[in-house]
Amino acid sequence: MNDMTPTREQRTAALEGMGCKRKRVEDIRFTQGKGNYVDDVKLPGMLHGDFVRSPHAHARVKSIKTEEALKVPGVLAVITAETLKTVNLAWMPTLAGDVQMVLADGKVLFQNQEVAFVIATDRYAADDGLNKVEVEYEQLAPLVDPFKAMDQDAPVLREDLAGKTTGAHGPRKHHNHIFEWTVGDKDLTDTAFRKAEVTIKEMISYHRTHPSPLETCQCVCSFDKVKGELTIWGTFQAPHVIRTVVSLIAKLPEQKIHVIAPDIGGGFGNKVGAYPGYICAAVASIVTGKPVKWVEDRIENLTATSFARDYHMTTEIAATREGKVTGLRVHVLADHGAFDACADPSKWPAGFFNIVTGSYDFPTAHLTVDGVYTNKAPGGVAYRCSFRVTEAAYCIERAMDILAQKLGMDPAELRLKNFIKPEQFPYHSALGWEYDSGDYHTAMRKMMEVTDYAALRKEQASRRAAFKRGETREIMGLGVSFFTEIVGAGPSKNCDILGIAMFDSCEIRMHPTGAGIARMGTKSQGQGHETTWAQIIATEIGIPADNIMVEEGNTDTAPYGLGTYGSRSTPVAGAAIAMAARKIKAKAQMIAAYKLEVHEDDLEWDIDGFRVKGLPEKFMSMKDICWAAYNSVPPGMEPGLEAVSYYDPPNMTYPFGAYLCVMDIDVDTGVYKVRRFYALDDCGTRINPMIIEGQVHGGLTEAFAIAMGQEIRYDDTGNVVTGSFMDFFMPTMVETPHWETDFTVTPSPHHPIGAKGVGESPNVGGVPAFSNAVNDAFSFLGSTHIQMPHDFWRNWQAAKTLGAVA
Amino acid sequence: MIPGPFSYHRPASLADAVKLLADLGDDARPLAGGHSLVPMMKLRLATPAHLVDLHGVDDLKGIRRDGNTIVIGAMTTQHELLASGEIRQSLPILQETAALIADPQVRYCGTIGGNVANGDPGNDMPALMMVLGANFRLSGLGGERDVPASEFYQGAYFTALEPGEILTSISIPVPPAGHGYAYEKLKRKVGDYATAAAAVVLSMAAGKVATCAIGLTNLHETPLLATDAANAVIGTSLEAATLKQAAAAAEAIMAPAADARGPVEYRKHVGGIMVMRALQRAAGRAA
Ligand SMILES: Cc1cc2nc3c(=O)[nH]c(=O)nc-3n(C[C@H](O)[C@H](O)[C@H](O)COP(=O)(O)OP(=O)(O)OC[C@H]3O[C@@H](n4cnc5c(N)ncnc54)[C@H](O)[C@@H]3O)c2cc1C
Repeated sequence: MNDMTPTREQRTAALEGMGCKRKRVEDIRFTQGKGNYVDDVKLPGMLHGDFVRSPHAHARVKSIKTEEALKVPGVLAVITAETLKTVNLAWMPTLAGDVQMVLADGKVLFQNQEVAFVIATDRYAADDGLNKVEVEYEQLAPLVDPFKAMDQDAPVLREDLAGKTTGAHGPRKHHNHIFEWTVGDKDLTDTAFRKAEVTIKEMISYHRTHPSPLETCQCVCSFDKVKGELTIWGTFQAPHVIRTVVSLIAKLPEQKIHVIAPDIGGGFGNKVGAYPGYICAAVASIVTGKPVKWVEDRIENLTATSFARDYHMTTEIAATREGKVTGLRVHVLADHGAFDACADPSKWPAGFFNIVTGSYDFPTAHLTVDGVYTNKAPGGVAYRCSFRVTEAAYCIERAMDILAQKLGMDPAELRLKNFIKPEQFPYHSALGWEYDSGDYHTAMRKMMEVTDYAALRKEQASRRAAFKRGETREIMGLGVSFFTEIVGAGPSKNCDILGIAMFDSCEIRMHPTGAGIARMGTKSQGQGHETTWAQIIATEIGIPADNIMVEEGNTDTAPYGLGTYGSRSTPVAGAAIAMAARKIKAKAQMIAAYKLEVHEDDLEWDIDGFRVKGLPEKFMSMKDICWAAYNSVPPGMEPGLEAVSYYDPPNMTYPFGAYLCVMDIDVDTGVYKVRRFYALDDCGTRINPMIIEGQVHGGLTEAFAIAMGQEIRYDDTGNVVTGSFMDFFMPTMVETPHWETDFTVTPSPHHPIGAKGVGESPNVGGVPAFSNAVNDAFSFLGSTHIQMPHDFWRNWQAAKTLGAVA
Repeated sequence: MIPGPFSYHRPASLADAVKLLADLGDDARPLAGGHSLVPMMKLRLATPAHLVDLHGVDDLKGIRRDGNTIVIGAMTTQHELLASGEIRQSLPILQETAALIADPQVRYCGTIGGNVANGDPGNDMPALMMVLGANFRLSGLGGERDVPASEFYQGAYFTALEPGEILTSISIPVPPAGHGYAYEKLKRKVGDYATAAAAVVLSMAAGKVATCAIGLTNLHETPLLATDAANAVIGTSLEAATLKQAAAAAEAIMAPAADARGPVEYRKHVGGIMVMRALQRAAGRAA
């Protein structure tokens, strides 16, 4: 060996495998404006479609006149529900087992609902045309408040469901009722409350908001009449699911549908479901024989495609005087808008909201969720969270603070007292989950140490005294949040979408020169899969990440997968990648044994190749094995080096974290300043620390926006009043606080590389941290709970209600 | 968010622009930076058939001093105001205000002329123009006329501009050396219009307020001069009680609309706070 022989460290570093802060390979094209998004797809003869939308929240459609629109130069056709009925597509199934109008069929049920689709030679003509479509409406009483949805005299929204006393998830109690979902032991929980020394009860609302990705929802549909094939380029988080849904509802053979999700500018749950725009563009292409593009504008995105949250959670905790929790009871009123268009695994009408026991050892709990219809946009999707986990985390984290306040205990102490202990894992929660792993005490104590939590509490006490003496008009709040996420949907025993089990997949094909391509059923929308997936493979098979090309999003080439949302990519596809890589490695070992003339068992893996045990100079690199795989495999072995893995996870993964927000609020204006935000995340094995940090920054920024003002708000008549970025709070870099990130590592015991999801943790854990900070700031003035969002005027209103401003 | 059809004109002189506007009639609108007009066109809230772009008219540009008056061409951008040494020297409040308008991209395009001619109660410059005693020069087929800022605003999007008239320049008397000034603006985020804002220019003599003018932004369908509030502080040293009195006098003339920035009560309350804070900050700066 000469001096040039790389050291083990150098060989490991050269792989840029797991643990490396590898720079994002996709950024080379994104930062140079060379991304390829749906709107970049321009086909010869392509037409453009745009929607006539309802100005009313609830109205009967008396007539639709299209004559004037058809006279506009460039306008070719106007599609209405009547047109769609001829192909049986006026309604479409939702992922939640409901049906949804594609175009208004007899009535409209929310403002900006799709009424007609104008097809024209360019986008301008389409818009000119839609302004000439005359729709005659007869306004009906709108239902905006979900708490009035099941009143005796509430207006009937869904006439199509008349007489249906059973929905996709069991009995319906009322004409505006969708489902009731019950989990847990009611009797045991009732007993716990009867015996409780201390109880709290609070209606905790998580307001309606929206994922609002930078790129709106859009597609280009192109139907080839000769081949009978439909190609759809779309902003799809789950391209294969879209292909199957299209096949089922359009009755086209699945092999004749090509779904391509090119680069995607953010999804956050908004791009999981199917929208009327996709159906209309597909029908328009079939009818005209030309490619048809549909691109939402910002107002349409905010007001018509899927919202998130709108959960109203009446929460009760039973506890002992010493602060041991003994029972949890939650009732949720879930506002789904006009159609239940949730994108949850099919059997989970309220997603995984039963993670609501959080990080605490509740001996018993009972949960009921009632879904209702209102005259609002349909949904709701999981906005950067596993299904309804954000709502659950907010619910329990807010409630724990309320309990701490009632007990006169520090909220951090109360949490430490009730955490599931490390030795209790795997832990079976009262609402049915098996938590795989966790070390909550260590994470919490680290947060308290690094932030000097005790000193902050002391400072708060002295500032409160100063406020009471009239020396300052600022109040200080500390928001503690300790969340447990449940991600990686999911095991086939409990998760499917429309009957398709929620596995995910990876196919790796190695080329002779020691390079390769990996294809996945997932679809990055900014998460950096092209970077991190290659890192997993690099570590597993010892080929530099730079030599692995990652490809996703084309249903013709990618193995079937359920897509990217709910932080499922690393827990599910990440596992499939490792498993496929291990199949490659197993074959490679046989080839190496043959070439090195030893028995397979005499080989050991050494960073980037196999070495003969005890004979360090007898080594064959993976690169050389790739070459051998194509010309000198052992007799009887097929040449080539590729593998496919479909991974059905045995369990979810349970990332967790400890967050702290320090906030100051000026009571005279309600203006807040986030002085400090500390986020400790435990996502198990860390594949790329830089990407993790980026994910945490992004998720925290969303959490900040949501908690502090981001809201889809309706007035009493059902008009959306936050339909553009002028009013829908989208913080800029100026408003965004500085984020301090930290971590502990508790690997998942069942995941091949021990990784859990991380993308959504900051949104899940961040919202309660902000809200608890605001609530904590005001608590000494006598409040127990102030609803989100905590924008300036609401903070001022809280101060006023509490007598802090005249 | 797609505008309706329109035709585009780019005259090279003021005379041509005036003539074009007269010829094209009611369906024509001058186009300056386009950062109020174009968004309204995209929403089809404005549907002009003709846009007369003023960027080709050199006479509408530039900042100059004419004795004790600063004359600013209508097509001067907010960015140019921020970069001007003359403005920094003579009218620092103009820079303080311009810097609170939208974001750098908008300020590179948006003009002072468009900002004051627009008539949107959310625009920040109009109230400031009133406080500074600015005059607007308007040019039409019938010639030129000067209208004081304080008489220009008639209602939301209604101004003294006659159809076909172009605002060509703004003249502002230079405030005395040693004056104090402040523009206090409460907004939800960068790029947002004011929840409430107050402009104050004052002078102090022997520790007491000698002269004072207060303007209010986005607290009524037009910008307001809060004369009673200003009178309430003249002759005082801005004690806590006086500040409260001024705020109350200002609140008395406010009539904001409730919107996503908050209910009426809140917007008036913070309007009063902006007045108090602007007064204090202006007094602190006065010599
Ligand atoms: C995101 C965003 C945020 C913003 N935030 C703020 C803010 O916080 N504060 C604020 O003050 N403004 C704000 N604005 C508006 C911005 O300052 C505009 O640039 C300004 O209101 C109009 O100036 P303009 O040059 O763009 O005029 P244009 O949009 O071109 O014109 C506005 C109107 O004035 C008329 N007009 C323009 N010039 C003349 C002239 N010389 N003579 C006669 N009529 C004329 C036009 O016909 C039109 O009706 C914001 C804009 C955006 C897009």
